[in-house]
Amino acid sequence: MKEDMIALLKENVIQGRRTKDDEGVDGNMVGTPAVLELVQLALESDIAPEIIIKQGLTAGMQVVGDKFATKEYFIPDMLASAEAVSGAMDILKPYLDESSTMTNRKFAIATVKGDIHDIGKNIVAILLKGAGYEVKDLGIDVSPEKIVAVVREYKPDFLGLSALLTTTMVAMGKTIEALKENGLRDKVKVLIGGAAVSEEYAQEIEADAYCADGFHAIKVLEDFQKVKL
Amino acid sequence: MAREGILVHSPYERITEEQIKQIHHASMQVLNDPGIISFNCEAAEIFRANGAEVTPITSADNPCWLVRIPEKLVLQAISSAPKIVKLGARNKDNSLFLNGEEPRVFFASGSETNIWLDVDFQTYVKKYNPGIEILVPEFHPRRGTVLDLCQAAHLCEHLESLDAFIRPVNIQDEDITEDNKDVNKFFASLNNTTKHVMAGLTSLEQLDNVINMAKLIVGGEEELKENPIISFITCLVKSPLQFIDDSTQTLIEISRRGLPVAIAISPQGGTTAPIKEDGIVAQLNAEVLAGITLSQLVNKGTPVLYGSVPVRARLDNLSDSYGAPESSQYNIDCVQMARSYNLPCYSTAGVCDAKIPGIQSSVERLFSDIIVTLSGPQYLHCAYGLLAGNATFCPLQAVLDDVHFQMIKFFLRPPRISQAEVDISLTQLNEVMGTPQKLYIRYIRHMLRSGQVSLPYPFEGEGETDNVLVLAHARMKQVILQPVEHIDSATTSKIFQEIPGILPRLDVYEQRRKQ
Repeated sequence: MKEDMIALLKENVIQGRRTKDDEGVDGNMVGTPAVLELVQLALESDIAPEIIIKQGLTAGMQVVGDKFATKEYFIPDMLASAEAVSGAMDILKPYLDESSTMTNRKFAIATVKGDIHDIGKNIVAILLKGAGYEVKDLGIDVSPEKIVAVVREYKPDFLGLSALLTTTMVAMGKTIEALKENGLRDKVKVLIGGAAVSEEYAQEIEADAYCADGFHAIKVLEDFQKVKL
Repeated sequence: MAREGILVHSPYERITEEQIKQIHHASMQVLNDPGIISFNCEAAEIFRANGAEVTPITSADNPCWLVRIPEKLVLQAISSAPKIVKLGARNKDNSLFLNGEEPRVFFASGSETNIWLDVDFQTYVKKYNPGIEILVPEFHPRRGTVLDLCQAAHLCEHLESLDAFIRPVNIQDEDITEDNKDVNKFFASLNNTTKHVMAGLTSLEQLDNVINMAKLIVGGEEELKENPIISFITCLVKSPLQFIDDSTQTLIEISRRGLPVAIAISPQGGTTAPIKEDGIVAQLNAEVLAGITLSQLVNKGTPVLYGSVPVRARLDNLSDSYGAPESSQYNIDCVQMARSYNLPCYSTAGVCDAKIPGIQSSVERLFSDIIVTLSGPQYLHCAYGLLAGNATFCPLQAVLDDVHFQMIKFFLRPPRISQAEVDISLTQLNEVMGTPQKLYIRYIRHMLRSGQVSLPYPFEGEGETDNVLVLAHARMKQVILQPVEHIDSATTSKIFQEIPGILPRLDVYEQRRKQ
C-alpha cells in the first residue's frame, strides 16, 4: 500500500503534476491526486519524509532528468516536475530534522547590478528548488552591497550570479571583490551563468564555477556536495 | 477520407487583377495570331472541325499545320474542364481532391532524373586535434534502375508531408526497353506506395496496358473512374507554341479514356520564351490553354491540371536555372492565372541548381518551396530529393525536403485567434503576474503535447557540429526499414499474367518464394 503510494508519487513527479487540476504529460489525469495531494496523503499514512523524498520525489526527478537528456522531455516538462517537487518540499519542511541534508542547502541567486534579464535566473531558481535546495531569489539589478548583506545575514551555502550582457557581466567580478573585501568570500561558493559568460570568465574573476544552464548547475552543486563529504 | 493538404488562407498574390486580364488577353491574341504550330495531324483536324482556322505549313520539313484558336473555343474549354479533380490512391485515405476554386496545396515528388545519388560517410580526423573525428559525406552518382524506383516509392510512402508520387528516377536497366518501360515504371511505383501515382508515358502503345494494370488493382473500369489511382503528365508543347506529334497524340488518347492528366508546359525564359515575366507567362498561358482546349474538344469534362513548369535560363550555360528567383516569379504568376480560370494548378518548386545536398541546395529549394506554396497551387510537384536541376535524385535530400515541407505546413496553419482564445491568454497573463518568476513556461506543455508547438529541427547536431546530413541519412535508413503495403499476391499474379513486359524481379512474392 505504502509502496503503491510512493510509486504513484514518483509517477506524478514524472508527469509534472503539481495538483489534481494538472493534466500531466499524458493529458488524461485531471482530477486524480497529484504530487501535493499525494505528499499530504503519504504523511497521513505515516510514511517517513525521507522515504517520500528519496523514493518518490528524487527518484521521479531522476527519471525526468533522463527523459530530458534523451530529448523526450523539454524544459517546460522539467520545470513542471521541479515546481511540483518544490511545492512538496514546502509541505515536508516542518517534518524534516534540522540536521537533515535536505535542509542544509541554501542557495541565493541574483541578476547582477545593471542587468534586468531574468528568464535564465528564474528557471535555475525553479530547478534548484525542485532539486531540494532552499532558494532565496534576490531579483534583478542587485548591487554588490545588497548581495554582501544577504550573504552575511542569510548565510547561503551557494551564491548564483546571472548576467546576459557583456556590459553587465563585469558586475559579477565587482560582487566577488566586494565579498572578499568584507571577509565573506570563503563563506560561500560562487557560481556564475548567463549568455555573456564562460568557463574562462569564471576563472578570470575567481568564481568557483561556471554553469551553462540550470541542469548543469545542479550537477555542479552535486559535485560540490561530494567534495564536502 | 482523403488527404488534407494544407489550405493557404490568404494566398500570396504577385500580380494584380488588371495584370491577370492583360496576360489573358495577350494569350488569346497569341493563340489567334501567330497561333499554334501543330505537328500532329489529328489535333489540327479536331481544331478545324470545331471552328479554328487551320492551314498547312508547306515550307516545313515535317508535315505541320498552323492552328489559329479563337478565344471562344478556349473559354468553352475552360468552362467544361472540371473545377475539382480527384486523384485516387490504392489506399483511399491517400486520395486527393484538387479544387481549382480553393488554394489547398498538395505536395508531390518528381520529376524524372537519370542519376541516383548514393551517400556514405568517411571518417576524418581534425588536423589540429587528431583526437576528434569528423564524418564527411561522399556522394556516388550512378544510373537509376527499376529497383531504385521501387526504393524511391517506398521512401516516399513514408514521407509524411508528401501527398502524391511522381517517379523521381528514370529506369535505365539493360532489360528496360521502350516497349516495357511504362508498365515497369507504373508497377514499380504502384507496388511500393499506396499514394497517388502520376507519370508521363514513354510509349503510347503502352497506355492501355498501364490502364489495364490500374483496373486490375482497383477491381475494374468503373472502380478506376471512381478511384483514379494513376494520372498522366503530358508535355505536348515544345515552346514556343508547337504541338509535338507523339505527345499530342498521347494527350488525345488519355483524354478519350477520361483519366486525369496534367498538361505540363515548360518554357525557358530567355531561350524558348521571353525572359520578361509578362512575356513568358502570356506564352505559357497560351500554350497550356491550347492543350486544355484540345483535351476538352476530344472529351468534354476530361479532368485536366493547368501545368506550369516555367524556368529561367542560366546565362553561363543556358541550362535551366530553377534556383533563380525569376523562376519562382513565373510560377506564382501561373498559379494566379490558373486560379483566375478556377482550374486546379500543377506547379513547380524546390528544384535547385546545387549538385549535392548542403547549404546551396537548402537555400535554393526552400526559397521556392516557401513562396510558391504561399501562392496556393493545388498540386505542387516540388522536387523531393532532386538536385542539379532535374538531373539527379538523392533519397537523403528527399528526407530533408520532407522535414522542410512539414515546417512549411506548420507555418500555414490558420491563426487561432478568437474571443475564447483571447480569454484563455488573459487568464494566463493574470496568473503569471501573480507569481514571483513571471514566466509563462507552464502553459507550453498543453500546447506542446497537443501538437500546437513545433518541434526542434530534427537533424540538429550537438554543440557546434553540423550533423544534418549524418542524421538525415540515419533517418533515411530507418524509413526504408518500415514496411510498405504491396499490391496483394492474387492481384500481383493477375497483373503478371495479363500485362506483358513486367520484369519478374519486381514480383515481391516470387522473390520471397525464391529466398
